[in-house]
Amino acid sequence: MRRLREYLSEHFETTFRGFTVLCAAVVLIIMAAMFFNLAWNARLAIGQFGLGFLWRDMWDPALNEYGALSSIYGTVVSTVIAMTVAVPMSVVIALFLVELAHPTVSKVVGAAIELLAAIPSIIYGMWGLFVFAPLMAETVQPFLQETLGLENVPGIGRLFTGAPMGIGMLTSGIILAIMILPFISAVMRDVFAMVPAVVKESAYGMGSTTWEVTRKVTLRYGIQGVVGACFLGLGRAIGETMAVTFVIGNAHRISLSLYDPGNSIASTIANEFAEASDPLYLQALIYLGLVLLVMTFVIQMIAQWWVVRLKKSMGAGL
Amino acid sequence: MKKTQNVRRREVINHIVSVLSGLAALVGIFFLGWILWTVARQGLAALNLDFFTKLPAPPGSDSGGLANAIAGTVVITLLATVIGVPLGLFTGVYLSEFGRVSHFGRMVRFTTNITTGIPSIIVGLFVYTLLVVPFKHFSAYAGAVALAIIMLPVVARTTEDMLALVPNALRESALAIGMPRWRMILAILFRAARSGLLTGTLLAVARVSGETAPLIFTAMNSPYWMKSLAEPTANLTVTIFNYAMSPFDDWKRLAWGASLLIMATVLAVNILARYLLREKK
Repeated sequence: MRRLREYLSEHFETTFRGFTVLCAAVVLIIMAAMFFNLAWNARLAIGQFGLGFLWRDMWDPALNEYGALSSIYGTVVSTVIAMTVAVPMSVVIALFLVELAHPTVSKVVGAAIELLAAIPSIIYGMWGLFVFAPLMAETVQPFLQETLGLENVPGIGRLFTGAPMGIGMLTSGIILAIMILPFISAVMRDVFAMVPAVVKESAYGMGSTTWEVTRKVTLRYGIQGVVGACFLGLGRAIGETMAVTFVIGNAHRISLSLYDPGNSIASTIANEFAEASDPLYLQALIYLGLVLLVMTFVIQMIAQWWVVRLKKSMGAGL
Repeated sequence: MKKTQNVRRREVINHIVSVLSGLAALVGIFFLGWILWTVARQGLAALNLDFFTKLPAPPGSDSGGLANAIAGTVVITLLATVIGVPLGLFTGVYLSEFGRVSHFGRMVRFTTNITTGIPSIIVGLFVYTLLVVPFKHFSAYAGAVALAIIMLPVVARTTEDMLALVPNALRESALAIGMPRWRMILAILFRAARSGLLTGTLLAVARVSGETAPLIFTAMNSPYWMKSLAEPTANLTVTIFNYAMSPFDDWKRLAWGASLLIMATVLAVNILARYLLREKK
């Protein structure tokens, strides 16, 4: 015992350092184990369906036939809706916070929008299911369909057909947009604020309006940061589970109409996990999880690589 | 001077965008207010003494509470904090003090950032394969491990950032009087950065205490009081998920009550953390 104490006091420096290295290594081990464990626990499904799982449009627990296409389709569509709504909104919100609003107003509004990010996703789910979806069904969807007549517009009309049920792709996409809005606008605000005043002032000096400066100078100058912000939002939206599970409708089908119920990878796993008593069924769900892991991993890799490049070119502070 | 048509057009566009940007900010605040108001109104109607003291009742009896779920959430979150915060803290110490430029350090930093972006449902599935499949039962400790994995990178990154803010002169003077590095870190750096470290921990706790997806596969749910850490354990978020999807009105009411409780806690911790950080700055 005494020897141990002497040894420790003598070598504590190395021990302490070794301990921190060990903690740091845990992160790497977890990441590697995530891939390995999911793949191992999905081995039956991987063996049975192979890579064809990805483009197989079939999900039938009764026949024990599974394919990921409808879930992947739903994930992509809901994410595209979310990005289409959230990115332009974030640009103008960042513009408002940095260029237009009084500093006090900007601080308060900025904090309020950041709070949107703190609300747990299950709360979005509750609100979406009981408040927002009924509103979509009764007011917004009929309005888009009939009053605006989007249903009859050639091309995009197909997106707005079907009974307005409130539950479906459009509703989940909009809720996702609200959820990722604070992440994207916070990064964009920082990017906008980092554009040197000299650059903007020279454009103003030539007689540009605020919007022209934003569009042609700020956005161009900060394009890398803006892209980075979009990747962050994309990563969030693609794996979001609870809010989507509540309002997407959980139907394994691929439909062009945004009014129809569908599902996403995350919502399928969350919803069907409890029912998956058959080993192959369970493994198909874990296989779906592996697909989602690979998707988010790639997006995060690109985002991180992008941010590292950005830091090099714009200096620290981001 | 007469304005040409072109200049007028540009000014009009500028005005339109200005109005739109104000509107977009308003829309953001409007949704925040709408969600807060809905949950507060629906939740307050569900909160009473029974809610905090009784076990869930069968649908229709109208007298049940979620006492067991409240206890379960507290236990799981505390356990997750006990596991996740020290791991994250020392990972942050490594990144900031030992591995700032080393190859291994860069790799860990990169992986930490990526882990932050891995969906929580995947973490849940991973811990399911790690701790539920081999032991053949759902458990509170599996839930805690899942939440700890989500906390780890958050704590690690804030720790690194906060330690980086401590001036180098402090490190050098501690080393100059003959302090070993470990004491310099524990006694000087941690003290200098304590409000920042506390903020990181609080933000991580706030982030996981509202998590649902990872608990579905790990802690699951239960209608009883927890007797040990090695059994399915009731918790507020999975209860909200189960009850909200049920057809019974009194269960839905309980779900709203639980939502209010979770949301109020998460927002309070979040605002506290931000306040601490502002003081520091």
